[in-house]
Amino acid sequence: MCVGIPGKVIEVEGRTATVEVGGATRLIALDLLEGVAVGDYVIAHAGFALHKVDEEEAQKTLDIIKEITDLAGGACAL
Amino acid sequence: MRFVDEYRDKDSAGALLDAIGRATSKSLKFMEVCGSHTVAIFKSGIRDMLPENISLVSGPGCPVCVTSVQDVDRAIAIAGLPGVTLATFGDMVRVPGSESSLQRAKAGGADVKVVYSPFDALTFAQSNPGSNVVFFAAGFETTAPTVAATLSRAVEAGTSNFYVYCVHKTVPDAMRALLDSPDLMIDGFLCPGHVSTIIGTAPYRFIPEVYSKPAVISGFEPLDILQSTLMMVEQIEEGRPEVAVQYLRAVSGEGNPKAVDVMYRFFQPSDSNWRGIGVIPGSGLELRDEYAAHDAMKAFDINTPEPREPRGCSCGDVLRGRITPPQCRLFAKACTPDNPVGACMVSYEGSCAAYFKYGRR
Repeated sequence: MCVGIPGKVIEVEGRTATVEVGGATRLIALDLLEGVAVGDYVIAHAGFALHKVDEEEAQKTLDIIKEITDLAGGACAL
Repeated sequence: MRFVDEYRDKDSAGALLDAIGRATSKSLKFMEVCGSHTVAIFKSGIRDMLPENISLVSGPGCPVCVTSVQDVDRAIAIAGLPGVTLATFGDMVRVPGSESSLQRAKAGGADVKVVYSPFDALTFAQSNPGSNVVFFAAGFETTAPTVAATLSRAVEAGTSNFYVYCVHKTVPDAMRALLDSPDLMIDGFLCPGHVSTIIGTAPYRFIPEVYSKPAVISGFEPLDILQSTLMMVEQIEEGRPEVAVQYLRAVSGEGNPKAVDVMYRFFQPSDSNWRGIGVIPGSGLELRDEYAAHDAMKAFDINTPEPREPRGCSCGDVLRGRITPPQCRLFAKACTPDNPVGACMVSYEGSCAAYFKYGRR
């Protein structure tokens, strides 16, 4: 029920956004989120946008993981 | 897919697994609360790849699984009322009640409509003024604000034929009940991602402050779950239990205050009956009195007999992390996804369904 894959906002009209996820588009209500603009990535659930994906924070997570990966060196037992 | 693929990188997964292995030799058991995490963990194979001394156990974070038998019976009764359409999320229709399910009731003529969003139920009510539309509001704090926002629109538009049958539950209260359970030895919690998008970090503070255990809010991709596990292990090794956010791209410390506001404008805390666990005080939501005109329990005469739990079902023990699904004597025998006895097998995110689909070789 909960897994929201981030979708890209391709249109905003009043309280409704058109959001594209993996090639499919859906109308999503914006009642729970302020300041959503075309080009933003949002996490939506049950037809409502809940959160704007923070690109900086997304990169921060990847940077931390990269540090760990670099420390581990090239050879990984996978 | 952006913001998804990067968190599935195999080399990074290997490095994180190595780091977890090196970080501790203690035997640790962590609980992933959320059903979506259970599925993600299985799909990625993480359960089998973790070092021997680290184990993950599933918790009660599947809203479909924990909706009580009585609530399902009542929803079926509502659907059977003349002039009423019961609108519901699709994953609730096969949940077994005492005698039947919404799906079977629908086959028998009850008016059950599956919707993707509570908003769809409202627009249906607005297009069908002759019908009373009741939305079966199950789900946690990720979903409750969407129902509240829908009610807000209903009030705004003066839609009087839209009602809510509210069985919402709140997750941190269930986590507290689990921590208070004497036989459950959990060393830390992988906290739900999107519930936390709404509620932020504050509701989990009691976990490190009162119980001295780590609580890490995790994303759903393999690297998210592995990084969160590493964070919990490091907190334990360094003796500094705290609430931490691994899922930075979707969770801010303060959550979504607008969503929380609208949720508590329409709902207030109540006691709630968790299927297989029992009543957990203050762990549910109910409609506030001033919105009684939209409360299905007040608007309709709903009488159901004493609920009956399915015999031999061990969902309660599975939801509390006491046993794994294969340890239930009905698992994969009398209880399968095609013929579910208990709710844990019905829901795609239920532990039993996940074990059945991914955990057997």
